[in-house]
Amino acid sequence: MSRAALLVLADGRFPAGGHAHSGGAEQAVKAGRITGAASLEDFCRGRLHTTGLVAASLAAAAALGVDAVALDEAADARTPSPALRVAARKLGRQLMRAARATWPSAELDDLARRFPKGAHQPVVLGVAARAAGLGAVDAAHCAAYESVSGPASATVRLLSLDPFEATAVLARLAPESDRVADRAVEAARRVVDGGIDELPAGSAPLLEIGAEVHAAWAVRLFAS
Amino acid sequence: MTVAAGVRALARIVARDDGRGGTSLPVLEGDGPLALRRTRGSGAEARVVLVGAMSGPLGGDHFTVEADVEAGARLRVGSAAATIALPGQSKSEARYDVRLTVADGGELHWLPEQLISARGSDLYVTTRVDVGAAGRLVLREEQVLGRVGEEPGRLSSRIRVGVAGRVVLDQELACGPGAPGGWDGPAGLGGHRAVGQLVVVRPEFAEAPVAARVLGENAAVVPLAGPAALVSAVAADALRLRRQLDEALAALESLD
Repeated sequence: MSRAALLVLADGRFPAGGHAHSGGAEQAVKAGRITGAASLEDFCRGRLHTTGLVAASLAAAAALGVDAVALDEAADARTPSPALRVAARKLGRQLMRAARATWPSAELDDLARRFPKGAHQPVVLGVAARAAGLGAVDAAHCAAYESVSGPASATVRLLSLDPFEATAVLARLAPESDRVADRAVEAARRVVDGGIDELPAGSAPLLEIGAEVHAAWAVRLFAS
Repeated sequence: MTVAAGVRALARIVARDDGRGGTSLPVLEGDGPLALRRTRGSGAEARVVLVGAMSGPLGGDHFTVEADVEAGARLRVGSAAATIALPGQSKSEARYDVRLTVADGGELHWLPEQLISARGSDLYVTTRVDVGAAGRLVLREEQVLGRVGEEPGRLSSRIRVGVAGRVVLDQELACGPGAPGGWDGPAGLGGHRAVGQLVVVRPEFAEAPVAARVLGENAAVVPLAGPAALVSAVAADALRLRRQLDEALAALESLD
């Protein structure tokens, strides 16, 4: 494996469209639940341990070669908000386009054919990691980190939060992100033997409800 | 020192079409703290109330409730009072497992009272429902963190609903001391002390899914990826939560 390939995949400038999504931060800011660095950190921590762990587990399982259709179905069952399912597929399609151009692979082509409207983003991420010669651990770290980096950079724009403070939030969450990635890889390995129900299913009530509140707005800065 | 083993209890219900337009209950049995009573039903529907004969579950206890609704049968299950998870002498976690099946053409309304997580308790609840392709389900789940003014215990709950062999909902919620960080933060409960869900499965939703809509800032009705709808809500307390879920259910039932 190439360590630099992981940096390419995890780079915020990798053209996969993530910058257009706030991971629920836009609605939480408007509702007054995120008001600064401390509440951003608490928001990100909650996201990391719920949907972040689920995304990291899906990505790790996909990177291990678990059937992507079954993983995509499991992602649907773990994403009750239709606004979030649509966002995850849109992000999956955009990541697919970038990944196929970057690391051409038959597996990516096959996944793109099966899901013309996009598979859930973490599933695409896992298959892209495989195509890049990366492993389950890399895919899990990437997904776990993305689950917090998106809301953090969105909050810089939404609240004019000092970017140094937002980055410090991410740095403080780094040890927890590592633990979530480890748990995700363990879960993904259990999926290989024990089946898809072994995937974690952590949910965050206000993320789910907030996503629908956000989708009903006439004007928004971020797509989700 | 001897460690008191927790209580293991099982309650089982089988609901069957009696062939005369009603529903019979060939199996209706509960032991220990789980007692079942048949009450007057209406029309084709049989009604059962789960009566807690003791307090619990306490640490180390393991309760299981199973209901099988057979083809053409209609069953409504409620409970006489809220279930309170309490700390026990045993330091280990308590478990409460609910296993429900609804066959094609069967209908189950599973509407228990709240589950209250008292300070110092540690409970893991699992709810697993399998509904046949033409089965119908209304399931309510409400969790209240702490009695009035009380810190909650540790409460984890996982719900998994399958329809015609496909899982349409799989969610786990962990709250209270020792739960992963951020559970009460702006992504999790945001200080709310009651959280609940309603799952509605109907074959008609395959063709005509419900439209997603929000009910204020703290509740939403959404179509799941399958013939099912979910209402999710958080509220300051059990009463407000129930009001929100009742309103959402009435709105869904007015679609009939």
